[in-house]
Amino acid sequence: MENTIIKTPKKTLWLRALCIVIALAILAAIPAVLTPILMPKYLTVSKEGSLTEEYYSAVAETNHDVLFVGDCEIFESFVPAILWEEYGISAYLRGGAQQLVWHSYYLLEDALRYETPKAVVFNVYALKYGEPQKEAYNRMALDGMEWSSVKAEAIRASMTEEEDFLTYLFPFFRYHSRWSELTTEDFTYAWKDKPAVSDSGYLMQTGVVPADTQADYTPEQLIDYTLPATAMAYLDRMRALCAEKGIELILVKAPTNFWRYHWYDEWDAQITDYAAEHGLAYYNLIPKAYEMGLDMATDTYDGGAHLNVYGAEKLTRYFGEILAKDHAIPDRRGESDIASVWQRRVEAYYDRKTAMESRE
Amino acid sequence: MTLTSFPFLLFAAVTVLLYYLVPKRGQWIVLLTASVLFYAAAGGWYLPFILVTVLTTFFLARIIERRAKADEDYITTHKADMDKDARKAYKAAGKKKRFRILTAGLILNFGILAVLKYTGFTLSIVNDILGLFTASTLTVPSLILPLGISFYTFRSTGYLIDVYRGKAKAATNLGKYALFISFFPAVMQGPICRYNDLADQFDTPHRAEWDNLSAGLLRVLWGFFKKLVVADTLMGAVKTIVGTPEDFGGMYVLLLIILYSAVIYGDFTGGIDITIGLSRMLGLRLTENFNRPFSSRSTAEYWNRWHITMGSWFTDYVFYPLSICSSMQKLTKWSRAHLGKAVGMRFPVYLATLVTWFLTGLWHGASWNFIVWGVLNGVIILISRECEPLYKRFRERFPRLTSSAFYGGFMCVRTFFLMGAVRILDCYRDVPVTFKAFASMFYDFSHWGDLLDGSVMDKLGITLPVWILVGLATLLIFFVSRSGKDTPVADRLSNRPVLWTLAALGLAVTVMIFGSYGIGFDAGDFIYGQY
Repeated sequence: MENTIIKTPKKTLWLRALCIVIALAILAAIPAVLTPILMPKYLTVSKEGSLTEEYYSAVAETNHDVLFVGDCEIFESFVPAILWEEYGISAYLRGGAQQLVWHSYYLLEDALRYETPKAVVFNVYALKYGEPQKEAYNRMALDGMEWSSVKAEAIRASMTEEEDFLTYLFPFFRYHSRWSELTTEDFTYAWKDKPAVSDSGYLMQTGVVPADTQADYTPEQLIDYTLPATAMAYLDRMRALCAEKGIELILVKAPTNFWRYHWYDEWDAQITDYAAEHGLAYYNLIPKAYEMGLDMATDTYDGGAHLNVYGAEKLTRYFGEILAKDHAIPDRRGESDIASVWQRRVEAYYDRKTAMESRE
Repeated sequence: MTLTSFPFLLFAAVTVLLYYLVPKRGQWIVLLTASVLFYAAAGGWYLPFILVTVLTTFFLARIIERRAKADEDYITTHKADMDKDARKAYKAAGKKKRFRILTAGLILNFGILAVLKYTGFTLSIVNDILGLFTASTLTVPSLILPLGISFYTFRSTGYLIDVYRGKAKAATNLGKYALFISFFPAVMQGPICRYNDLADQFDTPHRAEWDNLSAGLLRVLWGFFKKLVVADTLMGAVKTIVGTPEDFGGMYVLLLIILYSAVIYGDFTGGIDITIGLSRMLGLRLTENFNRPFSSRSTAEYWNRWHITMGSWFTDYVFYPLSICSSMQKLTKWSRAHLGKAVGMRFPVYLATLVTWFLTGLWHGASWNFIVWGVLNGVIILISRECEPLYKRFRERFPRLTSSAFYGGFMCVRTFFLMGAVRILDCYRDVPVTFKAFASMFYDFSHWGDLLDGSVMDKLGITLPVWILVGLATLLIFFVSRSGKDTPVADRLSNRPVLWTLAALGLAVTVMIFGSYGIGFDAGDFIYGQY
């Protein structure tokens, strides 16, 4: 077969080239324009999704002496505003919903790009997980991170099998399916700063749903109580990172011990041994619940799994004293620059508390 | 690597680029390499199977052709020494030998297909029968099913038969023949190309031409649109209805007929659009597999418009040979003598039709639902054929009505629902459940209220905006297919750069935003890719 070669007029060639260039430009622009609209805003539903990104505006205002990292037992248990008010401690919580140990590690590494705290408090409960769990939690922990090599590593370490790095690079390809569920909130905050949902990383809950103390819940028996090696390896990395930067790593277990989120003695023994071996402070606060005045009839919003604001304030007062006395975290209330920032934050905290209580 | 996945897009783009960058005589090598890589990516263990098919059909076809030529040469050389009968006898003897070679090739290749695809099904039937007499059962082995085995087996055996019949020349280049069998855009779900249609195209050097690239790309985007915006979006609703038939009877079965018709149309024609479009970008023209099937006015017409290459394969290699084979001729004679002219004439044709449709069903899958689906199609076609005199009389009596657009539309809708009703066997994959669900349309009216109060949307998990989207997409497909009756729209637009750009951009953006892809969508595999 012979190909007949017909020369295309130059004008047509130019027109085709122009059309292709314009089309490619529009095609590239579409995700850029639509992504801010399609990205979940996490303002009314799954507020935890906003926590990661809120850190950057906070650290731009002032540095922190204590960074808390971990899962929901962090962002629902410790109140930085109380730490400031009672002990003059400038603290921030980098916690998130089911924030696994590698999330925490990379969020810490990310934070250390901006500031070097005196202490890092890590809640150990998430060490029970050795593998990525759910895509939704990955997105909530990672989407809000500012782009850097740390974020790229965090994504690679966290992805479930179904996930694709490309969708983190171009979130449009993950969230395009939200087109049919967009609300006015998505348009309002597409290019506008969102209101903060947290107070220095603390996500307030004012509801009260008492724990059923009469019920005889038996936690599930496990075949193997060894904490996963992957998780412990990240704890090692966190320890090394802190040591390298001259930061004290403090391990903590929040005082809640709900039957579904049970902290086994076997796990506790492993962490106790680990802390002793590496010279770290470890506070299992479960046995201290009574001492700090926690009452699970009034201090939990979900039947005992997590603390509400009243429980969190009690815990924070108790733990703040430990930080101040045993770890020499300085009182900065006399430093006017930091104090003015914290004055605003404390006021915002109480405003939110009043507003939420009035809605309950 | 499905045809709509990102890795495939990247793979296809690199292949097209390399194809036009290498020297022209090496283009087929790029395609063969891409095809082997594509196939290996699906599963390394699949490669030996397709290789056996390639080698056996290639060499057997060469032997058949060489022997035919040798026989011809012998007769030409010894023409003077042989009388007519001797020549005839020599020819017949040669043909018989060639037939044996052909038969060996067919048995081997259909044998592989049969063992890999139908062993489990056959053993389960044996176990059912054994279960009537004994408690012991045979173990059903778990065998691998190479990607596109049904399609490449048909392509290769069709070629072997064509060479035997003298309709195709035996391939001389093993690599190019391997490419014909394994050509990556078509290996998964067809079309079932004929060797004669494709072989020359692999020999021809191809320049990167705007017409091919633009029309091809537009066709690919159109395929993505059909698959991701229509088929995969509705697949969730189909799965919901089929998942719990006890909860979704009556109206929902009617809805299933409509929804699954849209799903299978978008899925299969979309996949073929991607295949044909990508081939076109490479300068290759593949046989069309669809011709506006839902505009068919009868089942026979429908099967001339739907999965055309499969239909023509069965017609050429099963129905016709079966209809004219000596056993069938004897049966014709016998039935005419014993059953009368009217029945005697029909009997062999009916038998050939039913056997062909039985095999068509079996080809689609190793389960009873496909067999019943195939036989039902055959039965419907035969009933339609029997009713033809009635239709004719009706047309003669009401010429104005039957030539009106309304009547034409009615015929199309009737055929659509008839074929759709049979097609739900493919959804439930269980014959009694399918018949029960179908029957529920006529006695269970409890779900019609869901349409009025809108709860149908919640129950099927499809929101109003999605219904509107799919409705608009369906309308667009309808108008595009109507306007592309004579010249495909992609070809017409490629001559108008501005319009082409708008169309391509529109499709790309629509697919990007509204397409069902990524996390949360698991309906990605092509339905026909499983056959």
